[in-house]
Amino acid sequence: MQYLLMLYVNQAGWSKLTPAEQEQGVAAYSAYTGALTKAGVLKGSNRLQPTTAATTVRMANGKAQVLDGPYVDSKEQLGGYYLIDVPDLDAAISWAARCPAASHGVVEVRPVWVM
Amino acid sequence: MSCDESDVSAQRTTDAVARRSYGKLVAFLAARTKDVAAAEDALADAFASALADWPVNGCPSNPEAWLITVARRKMIDAARRRRSGEIASGQLQLLTEGLEVAAGETTIPDHRLALMFACAHPAIEPGIRSPLILQVVLGLDAKMIASAFLLSPAAMGKRLVRAKDKIHQARIPFSIPERKELPGRLEAVLDAIYAAFAEGWSDPGGTDIARRDLSAEAMFLGRLVTELMPREPEALGLLGLMLHTQARRRARRNAHGEYVPLSEQEPSLWDAQMIDEAEELLRRASGLGAIGRYQLEGALGSAHVYRRRTGQANWEAVVQLYDALLLVCASPVIAINRALALAEIHGPKAALEAMQEVAADPRLTEYQPYWAACAELMAKTGAYGEARDAYEVAIGLERDPAVRRFLQRRLSALPS
Repeated sequence: MQYLLMLYVNQAGWSKLTPAEQEQGVAAYSAYTGALTKAGVLKGSNRLQPTTAATTVRMANGKAQVLDGPYVDSKEQLGGYYLIDVPDLDAAISWAARCPAASHGVVEVRPVWVM
Repeated sequence: MSCDESDVSAQRTTDAVARRSYGKLVAFLAARTKDVAAAEDALADAFASALADWPVNGCPSNPEAWLITVARRKMIDAARRRRSGEIASGQLQLLTEGLEVAAGETTIPDHRLALMFACAHPAIEPGIRSPLILQVVLGLDAKMIASAFLLSPAAMGKRLVRAKDKIHQARIPFSIPERKELPGRLEAVLDAIYAAFAEGWSDPGGTDIARRDLSAEAMFLGRLVTELMPREPEALGLLGLMLHTQARRRARRNAHGEYVPLSEQEPSLWDAQMIDEAEELLRRASGLGAIGRYQLEGALGSAHVYRRRTGQANWEAVVQLYDALLLVCASPVIAINRALALAEIHGPKAALEAMQEVAADPRLTEYQPYWAACAELMAKTGAYGEARDAYEVAIGLERDPAVRRFLQRRLSALPS
């Protein structure tokens, strides 16, 4: 069963960290990614650019409406994701708890719709 | 008991009664019918009535009896509404009789132990026994239990309901097992209590209120079992083990919130009173002449305290205790700890060899302490590249940010 772990974090927090803390943070994520890979559950993952780089598009009355910025503006933003394949929700939650984002933000666990 | 006619005081009284007597009341209400869920519902209604009634009419002199009377009425009403026909009236009669008898008594008999045995019955799935006991004996809510056990609240709720249905439908007895089968059945109860303790323990910073409370709740249950079964050595052993562990809680973090391993903890920060009580319990247990897992783990707690307080290495004794522990309950986790103790006597190579025996166990691939232990031993043999890889995995598997940072410091301290 595939689950998408969505990492919601305060993106302003990153720039407030010292370079040493940033390095430690990056290392924690890379170790986490490594552990997922080693366990053979990782299907894909990416870190996203900040929401200042986001653009929203919608068709209204047949016309495209293009806006700068994210769809929802809130303190915590989607900053990245991991797509994992594990037997059940319990396993997905236990991986989510290990994600560094769970300590400085939140991790939303969503089962993938099976077609 | 008397109290002021105020909402606050009524709330306080109900909270106090809930804390002290919840399980007793559930056990009593469900003893006849085996319907734990119905007993809990009725009791919840009774508590709600108390909050409405007590501020107006004053707190009753015997709050437990008051709650039992109200809950009993609610249970009978609910049973009447729910069922009809011959079977139902038979059950209703049973229910009414059972509860009538008790209404006359001033003290409510304590069936909590029997309730715990029902919750940890072999017919109940092992993984849900601990949450079930926390809920029905202590009245903790499913959401909080779910967080502590890292499960979704919806899933935890469903599993708890299913387990209660099982008790009811299969008529799982509310009784203390016969002498012959007692050891195994008691072990299941103790395991469930220890599982709750371990979940609470995994929040070393004590920042997560739900988790921290769980250790305290588990110790309350452990104490309850020793009070109700004072001559069971393993029950004493478990309480001793929990006290030894809990005594070191504060010392696991320094002033900056960073993780401090046992070998670097300041023994003066340990809770001496808890350690004394643990030692006394373990002494009492050993006098009862039946060794077991919890007494051995408690003895390991004693050995660590002795070594750190006196500065005298006692690794031979520690390894022997692990050997004994492996005989009563073979687990790869014990094998890892044994290997780490072995390293202190025969060096890291011997320890790594000993660890090879369990390395193939699939349960270890996602077990952080295994990778941390490998990394530490490999680093000591000078295999820095391998140590680095193992630390990486350990860091990736760790939940606790403070432990993660500790492992990262170890990793970056490796010579390149």
